[in-house]
Amino acid sequence: MSSVQLFRTGDTPLPDVIILAHKLTREYDMGSELVRALRGVSVQILKNEYVAVMGPSGSGKSTLMNLIGCLDTPTSGEYWLNGQKVSDLADDELARIRNKEIGFVFQTFNLLPRADALHNVELPLIYAGMSARIRRERAAHALKRVGLGDRMDHKPNELSGGQRQRVAIARALVNEPSILLADEPTGNLDSTTSSEIMDVFAELHQQGQTVVMVTHEQDIAAHAARVITLRDGVVATDQARAA
Amino acid sequence: MPFFEAFRLAIQTIRAQKLKSGFSLLGVFIGVASLIGAWSIVNGVNRYMTEKFAQTLYGVNTFQLRRRPMFTPNVADSVWRAWARRPRIRFSDAEALSTGLTVPVITAWQSSDRVTVAYRNKEARDIELTTASERYFEIKNLGFALGRPFTGEENRSGAPVVVLGDAVAQRLFAERAPLGKSVRIGGVPYRVIGVVTKQGSILGFPLDRFVVVPALSPAQNLVNPPGILDAFLVKAHSELEMREAISQAEGIMRGRRHLRPRQDNNFVLETSEGVQQFWAGISRILVVLLPGVVVISLVIGGIVIMNIMLMAVAERTREIGLRKSLGARRRDVLRQFLAESTAIATVGAGFGIVAGIGLTMLIDKISPLPASVSPMSIVLGVIMGAGVGVAAGVYPASRAARLDPITALRQE
Repeated sequence: MSSVQLFRTGDTPLPDVIILAHKLTREYDMGSELVRALRGVSVQILKNEYVAVMGPSGSGKSTLMNLIGCLDTPTSGEYWLNGQKVSDLADDELARIRNKEIGFVFQTFNLLPRADALHNVELPLIYAGMSARIRRERAAHALKRVGLGDRMDHKPNELSGGQRQRVAIARALVNEPSILLADEPTGNLDSTTSSEIMDVFAELHQQGQTVVMVTHEQDIAAHAARVITLRDGVVATDQARAA
Repeated sequence: MPFFEAFRLAIQTIRAQKLKSGFSLLGVFIGVASLIGAWSIVNGVNRYMTEKFAQTLYGVNTFQLRRRPMFTPNVADSVWRAWARRPRIRFSDAEALSTGLTVPVITAWQSSDRVTVAYRNKEARDIELTTASERYFEIKNLGFALGRPFTGEENRSGAPVVVLGDAVAQRLFAERAPLGKSVRIGGVPYRVIGVVTKQGSILGFPLDRFVVVPALSPAQNLVNPPGILDAFLVKAHSELEMREAISQAEGIMRGRRHLRPRQDNNFVLETSEGVQQFWAGISRILVVLLPGVVVISLVIGGIVIMNIMLMAVAERTREIGLRKSLGARRRDVLRQFLAESTAIATVGAGFGIVAGIGLTMLIDKISPLPASVSPMSIVLGVIMGAGVGVAAGVYPASRAARLDPITALRQE
């Protein structure tokens, strides 16, 4: 982690820096008052890092997560993702970045209830404009990676919570994104299933996947190699854990 | 997302929510079904009028010299009285036209009235007796099932021979052979020499209840005073020659009646167009009323679809948020919902077309109205159905497309 460059406005990030947040602020105009959710967050995350973002509610971790996930744009500051400055991109360009660079894993899985596992995993590839045949192949491959090769034609309500989250992870992986962005991925799971899911993340990390995970659970964060703690919209601590 | 994908998704959603989709496509269904049904009636009657009615009653490239129009819808009493004061058409008028027209034509005399025709103790009442000259059959395009028409010689000599319409032959002779038998018309015995092929009916009126006898035969006294005829029929080879013949006939008649240039004709030279104009008047009313009904049901159908789509957007806010987070652009979401509303409307239109065709066939079968489906109405039905779908989908779809992914994902 020593290769982190001292970034100044106008610089370009080094090639192995996947995420570079520079003095990010995000303010919400709530009418009567101005809510400053982020007050200048600077973070760099390298290729193949496994990072947990922690913090109490109201610390700004969800806001940071939305910015990293390109669901939102910062009020000020720069955000570079995989060598591309995305902080000032327009709506549709952000959609393209989300599609290509980011794999989301949500607390509530967010699977389409009427579609089977295969079709759920295919979804990002539809928006990437791939042909049906290639989509099916890649979705099947992603499901096999998370150990659900035999559940492809099951609907979400025919799967257990852990299996659903695996489908969601397969969906996040299917576009071979630069980062896997997980928001409380074990929040809706019991402890046994949680540790299974954490094993999946660990394995993906070992295969070279960059993982960023937002959580408020200490023992879940403990799986990560690096923990960033936010408090009141700024980075409070940023520690690498001894492996 | 390509269009095909959007439509596949739309069909999936519709199939998953059959009842809701069923209700939402009802309006378009009714709209398109009534469009096709009503159009088919207009279309059917139109074709009937131009092809069958006009041709059977008048013949192609044919005109008639008459005292007043044959087909007289809603005329004022004063007009009627004026017509009644006009001089009648005389044999001499017909002869003057026959010799005066330089265009090659064939001509026939014609007068008609209702009589009773009897054979032994059987009677056929309310039969149209036509006294005509020999080329009448040719002009009217009447074929023979049995026997032959009467000849020019028989006509000139006033021979008591008769040609029967199919219904009359059936009524009087049933299975027996009518040729050579003697029927009584106004007490005068007539020898049957031919039976005309079955003509069917027109708008419910039977066309086979007639007999035709030579114009100069004894029965002429039953239809008109001596020397008078109802109509003089002229058939030309082409439309152009018919026009020429009409203008010559007009000149000859005006000369014979000593009409001054300012004076109106006190006779008519009527073509099948006259009947068609009468029909055009009726169909114009239908054509004005029809869009009203169709537009109302389509607008209602559109509003229903729009509401269903707004509900769908509200229900599936989370799904929209998810799709956006997975890389759906605004236009992808827009397309998805537009495709859905269009698919609903098009499916409704499809059912409407099927129902409309069914309705048409039913009307054609059980009512005297001849109905036939116009291909154009199907095309229009599909276009309008899809159009309503697009129009009704625009607002809900653009609302969906503008949703913020973060808020949408957070929604329960």
